[in-house]
Amino acid sequence: MNLLRFFTRQQSGAAARERLQVLLAHDRASTGDSELVTKLRDEILRAISKHMEVDADKVSVKLERGIPVSTLFVDVEIPHDAEKKAA
Amino acid sequence: MGKVIVVTSGKGGVGKTTSTAALGAALAQTGAKVVVVDFDVGLRNLDLVMGAERRVVYDLVNVIQGEAKLTQALIRDKRVETLFLLPASQTRDKDNLTPEGVERVITALKKAFDWVICDSPAGIERGATLAMRHADVAIVVTNPEVSSVRDSDRIIGLLDSKTLKAENGETMEKHLLLTRYDSARADRGDMLKVDDVLEILSIPLLGIIPESMDVLRASNVGSPVTLADGRSAPAIAYFEAARRLNGEALPVVVPGDKRGLFGKIFGRRAA
Ligand SMILES: Nc1ncnc2c1ncn2[C@@H]1O[C@H](COP(=O)(O)OP(=O)(O)OP(=O)(O)O)[C@@H](O)[C@H]1O
Ligand SMILES: [Mg+2]
Repeated sequence: MNLLRFFTRQQSGAAARERLQVLLAHDRASTGDSELVTKLRDEILRAISKHMEVDADKVSVKLERGIPVSTLFVDVEIPHDAEKKAA
Repeated sequence: MGKVIVVTSGKGGVGKTTSTAALGAALAQTGAKVVVVDFDVGLRNLDLVMGAERRVVYDLVNVIQGEAKLTQALIRDKRVETLFLLPASQTRDKDNLTPEGVERVITALKKAFDWVICDSPAGIERGATLAMRHADVAIVVTNPEVSSVRDSDRIIGLLDSKTLKAENGETMEKHLLLTRYDSARADRGDMLKVDDVLEILSIPLLGIIPESMDVLRASNVGSPVTLADGRSAPAIAYFEAARRLNGEALPVVVPGDKRGLFGKIFGRRAA
């Protein structure tokens, strides 16, 4: 067994504990994450649409849960001629 | 068009989810585009085994109900570019899985992926029958003990009657994956023999996965065992099973078997 393998072996139980803490905190709160993300997505799309033409399918909003904070990722594909079209 | 695989068993806790993740990651590491789909609505676990639990926003039910697009629900693995997860819903019940909805999702996935691997829930109810419905290939996960073998036999019956393939008069390609194989118990003669299981179930052997702490460690850290430690015994067994799925004729070695060549089961196909 090499050292790296030995080292990672020591940690798997602790990793499991940490992952479960994050997961259960969010499970128990069950704040309806997917509804929130859907709402955010729609509103973000509307805000962007005021300024340029974007394809609704090209706006992706993702959430990564964490403790104490979660991260929201907004990914918008903007075509080169989007501004022209909106004008 | 991609191939649809169902990983099924009848009996619970035999290693379906572990095997779905391990085989999915093994196939994806060869560059194939793979999606693993969790059909265990209400009790999702595949996201945990894949280590993607923090990133689940939409799920299979959202897509079926038209609340999210498929592309929004798919989660790309952070380690293997070509590996994706479609999670199950944790909060809704299985009635939200409609046959039409499942058909739509599977059809779309087949177009975008080389392999669509469906992790079936235990049992023989709606979730299990919908997971197998569109399969081209079935992997029957079995532990070498009587109740598991009996349930596998029941599942094989369903695969041959309740699937689209069966209804169209075609035969479903079925493979046996023997998991949690304990060579110490086998040596003592306290376990069903590989040959016995093969003879009873009469389907070809895809692989034998040894009982191993490496599986537990991998699930602790949220990694398919074929990604967590590619040199561990269960990972090697899963890599070989993945190659057989790809059509390679590799001999199956019984774990811990010291008889060398005599211990190899080569191309042994049940009648
Ligand atoms: N080869 C193995 N060695 C040791 N433990 C294993 C092995 N395969 C699976 N397990 C363990 O067995 C348990 C059940 O595995 P898994 O969740 O994959 O089964 P399942 O068939 O998907 O269960 P369910 O029917 O509840 O969906 C898990 O704790 C898993 O870590
Ligand atoms: Mg499972």
